[in-house]
Amino acid sequence: MSLRRPAKNQPETFEFSSSSMKEANKIVLKYPEGKQQSAVMALLYIAQKQNDNWIPLAAMKYIAKFLKMPYIKVYEVATFYTMYNLSPVGKYFVQVCTTTPCMIRGANKLVEACKEKISNKENELSNDKSCSWMEVECLGACVNAPMMQINDNYYEDLDKEKTIEIFDKILKGEDPKPGSYRGRLNTEPENNRKTLMDVKNA
Amino acid sequence: MLKDQDRIFKNLYNDMGADVKSAQTRGDWVNTSELIAKGRDWIINEVKVSQLRGRGGAGFPTGLKWSFAPKEVGSRPHYLVINADESEPGTCKDRDILRFEPHKLIEGCLIASYAVQAHTCYIYIRGEYFIEGQKLQLAIDEAYEKNLIGKNAAGTGWDLDIYIHYGAGAYICGEETALLESIEGKKGQPRLKPPFPALIGLYGCPTIINNVETIAVVPTILRRGGKWFSSLGREKNTGTKIFCISGNVNNPCNVEEEMNIPLKELIEVHAGGVIGGWENLQAVIPGGSSMPLIPSEKCETLTMDFDSLMAEKSGLGTAGIVVINKDQDIIKCMARIARFYKHESCGQCTPCREGSGWMWRMLERMAKGEATKDEVDMLGDVTNQIAGHTICAFGEGSSWPVQGLLRHFKKEIEERNNLDPIVQKKNNIPYLVDQHLLDKKNA
Repeated sequence: MSLRRPAKNQPETFEFSSSSMKEANKIVLKYPEGKQQSAVMALLYIAQKQNDNWIPLAAMKYIAKFLKMPYIKVYEVATFYTMYNLSPVGKYFVQVCTTTPCMIRGANKLVEACKEKISNKENELSNDKSCSWMEVECLGACVNAPMMQINDNYYEDLDKEKTIEIFDKILKGEDPKPGSYRGRLNTEPENNRKTLMDVKNA
Repeated sequence: MLKDQDRIFKNLYNDMGADVKSAQTRGDWVNTSELIAKGRDWIINEVKVSQLRGRGGAGFPTGLKWSFAPKEVGSRPHYLVINADESEPGTCKDRDILRFEPHKLIEGCLIASYAVQAHTCYIYIRGEYFIEGQKLQLAIDEAYEKNLIGKNAAGTGWDLDIYIHYGAGAYICGEETALLESIEGKKGQPRLKPPFPALIGLYGCPTIINNVETIAVVPTILRRGGKWFSSLGREKNTGTKIFCISGNVNNPCNVEEEMNIPLKELIEVHAGGVIGGWENLQAVIPGGSSMPLIPSEKCETLTMDFDSLMAEKSGLGTAGIVVINKDQDIIKCMARIARFYKHESCGQCTPCREGSGWMWRMLERMAKGEATKDEVDMLGDVTNQIAGHTICAFGEGSSWPVQGLLRHFKKEIEERNNLDPIVQKKNNIPYLVDQHLLDKKNA
């Protein structure tokens, strides 16, 4: 189990912005009548997006009222799932996969790059407060290992140099291009493709 | 090697585009209404003839699962739920289907929903696959627009709505009942079975849960016939399968191949061989991290299907092959997997919650050579206390890799960990109550 605690400094109030509200109302309609509790995960995610990538306790209370469910149930969900950040993270939130398939292809080099470029410790903001990083468990892109996720995007087939290049870009406020950094097409075997040749580059 | 015309996922690498038009040129949505007009029994029977087994890890026969859904819809509606919570280390096949072959999945959803009489289908995607989810949503929107799903979907007379539900980073939600809990807006903690979801599932209603790949191959099976599918591979292990080959190989990749393909062919032909040559191979995890590893001697002749791997006391699982060569420390590799399970245990059952962390700490010590010899046996004993004593299969999933390590690499562990458990007489141990006995000469 992972241990997760809410931040010490909490804002007093939270409210959905009008665009969040619109999105939230749309999501509730996905579920049968009376089962609006199902929307709690999506709503927490919306709150997180709205609130600079983390969820304050006030947002959990707000969502509990919104979905007419007990606050503790929202709290349970928010603390159970690891993608809900309970304390502030960087605007660029770097998650490095270090599970075995990535580990044996050199994920520790990516961690080194994080320590050099962002901050020495996990979950600590960089000097300019724009970035933070953490090690995470398998992100499901094992044949493109080692890899990392920055906000929603996957950066694949990395090594230390390429990772540092990416960090240099985000520290300048640019958005680096996601995908493979060895220039291969998705999950095909690089320079060794033996299948589906007739459609290649079609 | 499987012939290209027998491959189901022709756009596995996205050479052609994932939109509905290019999907149609690949044969999706061509005669869906004709397939459905042949009736529920025909569909289920054809899937049974194909001997398709679930691609999510357990390998349960799909046709049989569908036939568990109640024949008549009672007061409670039926649901179809697609498990796209792909998080097993070593596995990344569903990701490519979601990104590049979404219409195979959506068409499969329509056929499966008809077969089990569901009007609503939820696709549960892991939260990290946000971009993949967006791509699937795009395809769903396209399908609604072309009236391929929705009211009278694809002219079949069947109404179907498909919704995406995102997870938020919990491996355990890949367990089917935890997934249902998660859709209901709760913590993802597995339920006791029975009752099985086919009778009491999502919101207490009959629910059929299938993996992405399982559902995505169904339209092609119906088009080309169950006999065609069962002609590939071997008895009870039929058809094609997407293999993910990762780890210490020259060209890690996803590739669709025939079931029962030799492991060596997958590694040598498709993945460009082991880094450092075949002799440098140490072990292979054949089916995602929960499956016990296979040492290199056995990899020479091993074939990849459910039953032949079972005979090796391992399993095909999700067919996520992790190749580990001799440059790696095998104990460290397994300790990292144990750390994964410690992180992902939902905490509901004590043996798993406490045991997964215990195994991780013990393996870390063993990697450093800080354990005693009898602790090696103790570790084996603890794995047996976890496996089979939990609500869901996570107990097995977390202890099998450790058991595999102990089965095949016990010698390596013992060589590194030869601390003597007997207290040496010369040791002055401050907390030992019977210290005076040690001090006596003939004690």
